[in-house]
Amino acid sequence: MDLCFLPAHELGRLLREKKVSAVELAGAVYSRIDAVESRVKAYLLTLKEEALNQARAVDAALASGEELLPLAGIPLAVKDNICLRGVETTCASKILKGFIPPYDATVIERLKEQRVVFTGKTNMDEFAMGSSTENSGFYPTANPWDLERVPGGSSGGSAAAVAAGEAVLALGSDTGGSIRQPASFCGVVGLKPTYGLVSRYGLVAFASSLDQIGPITRDVRDCALLLNAIAGHDPRDSTSAPQEVPDYTEFLVPDVRGFRIGIPREYVGEGIAPEVRAVLNRVVELLEGMGAEVEETSLPHVRYSLPAYYLIAPAEASSNLARYDGVRYGLRVPAEDVVTMYKRTRSQGFGAEVKRRIMLGTYALSAGYYDAYYLKALKVRTLIRRDFDEAFKRFDLILSPTAPTPAFKIGEKVADPLAMYLSDIFTLAVNLAGVPAISVPGGFAGHLPVGVQFIGPPFAEGQLFRAAYALEQEAGLAAKRPAL
Amino acid sequence: MITREDVEHVALLARLELSEEEKQVYTEQLGKILEYASVLNELDTEDVPPLAHVLPLQNIFRADEVKAHLDPETVLKHAPDREGKHFRVPRLV
Repeated sequence: MDLCFLPAHELGRLLREKKVSAVELAGAVYSRIDAVESRVKAYLLTLKEEALNQARAVDAALASGEELLPLAGIPLAVKDNICLRGVETTCASKILKGFIPPYDATVIERLKEQRVVFTGKTNMDEFAMGSSTENSGFYPTANPWDLERVPGGSSGGSAAAVAAGEAVLALGSDTGGSIRQPASFCGVVGLKPTYGLVSRYGLVAFASSLDQIGPITRDVRDCALLLNAIAGHDPRDSTSAPQEVPDYTEFLVPDVRGFRIGIPREYVGEGIAPEVRAVLNRVVELLEGMGAEVEETSLPHVRYSLPAYYLIAPAEASSNLARYDGVRYGLRVPAEDVVTMYKRTRSQGFGAEVKRRIMLGTYALSAGYYDAYYLKALKVRTLIRRDFDEAFKRFDLILSPTAPTPAFKIGEKVADPLAMYLSDIFTLAVNLAGVPAISVPGGFAGHLPVGVQFIGPPFAEGQLFRAAYALEQEAGLAAKRPAL
Repeated sequence: MITREDVEHVALLARLELSEEEKQVYTEQLGKILEYASVLNELDTEDVPPLAHVLPLQNIFRADEVKAHLDPETVLKHAPDREGKHFRVPRLV
């Protein structure tokens, strides 16, 4: 039995039936890490000793007759922009090298209550700015399906870890597609929850009005279980929505009869690779075969998502990243006076993409340009949000490809920022509108997985899970794994 | 059109020290990105309100009570340079 490739819900059953121990499971994951990590490089650091201790505690609790919560003993990888108390958290940036947070993010606190086993911190694009994990300040991660290709980004380490069997579950964060696009590239499930559903307390801020933490998992049931564990109001995050959270596993029925699904024509036009279009067409056939009503629709303003996003997100980032000044923590490059110290620290600590976005955001917010760029983008954001509100009057869900292509080659887009930004063309609008979306494997382009994205109205994660679960059952891709 | 002088001015505002090569590259790349962004001007947004934030939440208040917090030693542990209970920095003026 290959424990590393079983989903969490099956492993949980095996643990409760005492057919496998948490220590055996953690041991299997670390054996897998030993076997493949030198090629995949999904992690920035691993926590073997701590993980084995956590696993022993789970086994002891089980032996003493304690009722385990659903994710007890399950190995989970954490993106390196989420604070885990006592463990170095760098956001893959040299400016935070050596930073050890003195507190846990709310999502980590909740997972500790579940007795999850934390495997390590995963690689990412620096400060989550990127679509390939090549912008990591330390090293790139490889796609487990093809080591010459990127895993996507920015949560590339988390998606690669799950795909390679180096973790059973992972946490990512999604500001413009950073959970969904790597999930698509790595053949796993990734959810960007509704803005406000999951607390951002302890998530290092990139663009605060867009950022959300979410699950990256092997299947849809695991995704629902992980969301169950992390969702819900948190008084420490003032943008956390004060509302009840359902049990998302109750939505996992393979039935989409009568579901009205819209496909925006703006998302199936130019710029899509033919093999991605073929996967989407196949998914539509499967959904129609199960009784869903799929129809073309229009989101007339989504084509403005990319320019709006690349003004709003860098503007927020330039403000959020002003705190890295070498005074209180992280890197300091000494100088004679304080302004030179700030400048040298930031110039040596930040990588090229982070500097580019700080420059862009600072420009968009600066005197004389604020109205023309930043305010204009916020008004267009209203139009994009209205497009979704209109569409959801007619449709239960919207379907699109997750990304315009399968995973691309390492190095292919590094010299051209705009080409790189285009790989998020279908995911960005979701963050601007604040609605939820899930990427689920839809098929293959040769040896490379291709995901599709279901988008729902605010707080309709249950609907997303239902459609994704039905598709997953019908598509029969669950047994596929990389030949690593 | 973004000029090299704009880039130098913005770099100062952002407290970044750019090499000559970086100034060159950013002038070119920011110019391209902003040119791309000018497509937004196709839309008439005269009567459209801005959307800074998607949740209809405003003024989240809480009681003004002292709660558990990090002790100064924990906070100062990461200081690159300190003196007693203070963060130490080079001269300001």
